Amino acid sequence: MFIEAWDYLAGHQAQFLAALWRHVALSASALVIAATIAVPLGVRLADSHGAALVAINAANIGRTLPSLAVLALVMPIMGTGFAPSLFALTLLALPPILINTYAAIRQVDPDIVDAARGMGMTALEIVRKVKLPIGLPVMFAGIRTAAVQVVSGAVLAAYIGGGGLGDFITAGIAMMALPQLLVGAIPATLLSLGTDALFASIQRALTPAGLRAR
Amino acid sequence: MKWLINHWEDVLIALGEHVAIALTALVIASVVSLAIGIWAAKNDRVYRVALAVSGFLYTIPTLAFLALLIPVVGLGKTNAIICMVAFSLMILIRNVATGIREVPEEVTDAARGMGMRAAEVLFRVELPLALPVIVAGLRIAAVTVISVTVVGAYVNAGGLGTLIFSGMSNDFAPKIWTGAITACALAVAADLSLARLETRLKARAV
Repeated sequence: MFIEAWDYLAGHQAQFLAALWRHVALSASALVIAATIAVPLGVRLADSHGAALVAINAANIGRTLPSLAVLALVMPIMGTGFAPSLFALTLLALPPILINTYAAIRQVDPDIVDAARGMGMTALEIVRKVKLPIGLPVMFAGIRTAAVQVVSGAVLAAYIGGGGLGDFITAGIAMMALPQLLVGAIPATLLSLGTDALFASIQRALTPAGLRAR
Repeated sequence: MKWLINHWEDVLIALGEHVAIALTALVIASVVSLAIGIWAAKNDRVYRVALAVSGFLYTIPTLAFLALLIPVVGLGKTNAIICMVAFSLMILIRNVATGIREVPEEVTDAARGMGMRAAEVLFRVELPLALPVIVAGLRIAAVTVISVTVVGAYVNAGGLGTLIFSGMSNDFAPKIWTGAITACALAVAADLSLARLETRLKARAV
């Protein structure tokens, strides 16, 4: 069966590489857009009480929604293709990044912030030089969760015409063609595991030496 | 809306099926995780291995996992349930083990001093005190399982995903809406009710 899968892969190299590239492009774009929105928002929310309560509760609800349901809900509104898939995956990536950024900034010791202010730092400097470096490990843990979720979710994007490795899986299941199914499922699994490992090592590298667990 | 009024029975059947599959997976996963988690709480090596293996399973994309099981168990409910159990293990084992480890040593010492045997300490002291943490894990696992069940419809496991997929293939939006919104509502309801249970257990523990 694996030999057949390998043969299938060899015969459909161009198609496979295109799907793999699309999978990565879709996931990476969704993650970058979500981080661009959620990180500044999380930093801002950490200082405001009323808005934070609403946003964090909304994010907590958003996190429980089934990925496929979110993708499916986007389809009747935006149709099928790359853009609707990107939109749905961005929505899925937002809650973990927002929740962790908020938590990361909130856990910064107020005394440290006070000291920074006493040294004459402006609000922006405090965020850039104090809050973000200290909060980075927790914040990045959220980005890692979101990354794995997006790569997994991108497999499901095949249902709404998003392309990617899910195309091989859905076609393989529909025709009960096992080699084709494996050509989608195995690389998708490796991609997800690789993403997790990659982000784990970045997370370790980003953690300031003083905060690293020994 | 008209479709929903005429087909509410189908929706209820799909919802019932969804809950049944999710519950089955959750019960199996809980039993397995409780056993492994208790063992892991007492043994560091078991803890590391169990978390590494279950963490690996947790990272596999849902649809890829379901697909990889097809050559082994074929299509149907068994496939989806195995996949869901595998996904819940990491969360449940971690929380069972952490919950038990967090019980202060003085408490278990006192229990032993009162003449309790190891099994009594476990069932009458450690597990009851670990319950809020275990329920917190159960909450995440429940949401995960409900989410996976939606995709499980693609391998003929049934449930609310059936409505979504049939709506998609017939390009019939009301069916997609109904399936997706009901699935979201189910996940949120499960999350909120287990959250309430969690806070109640925590309040009782203090």
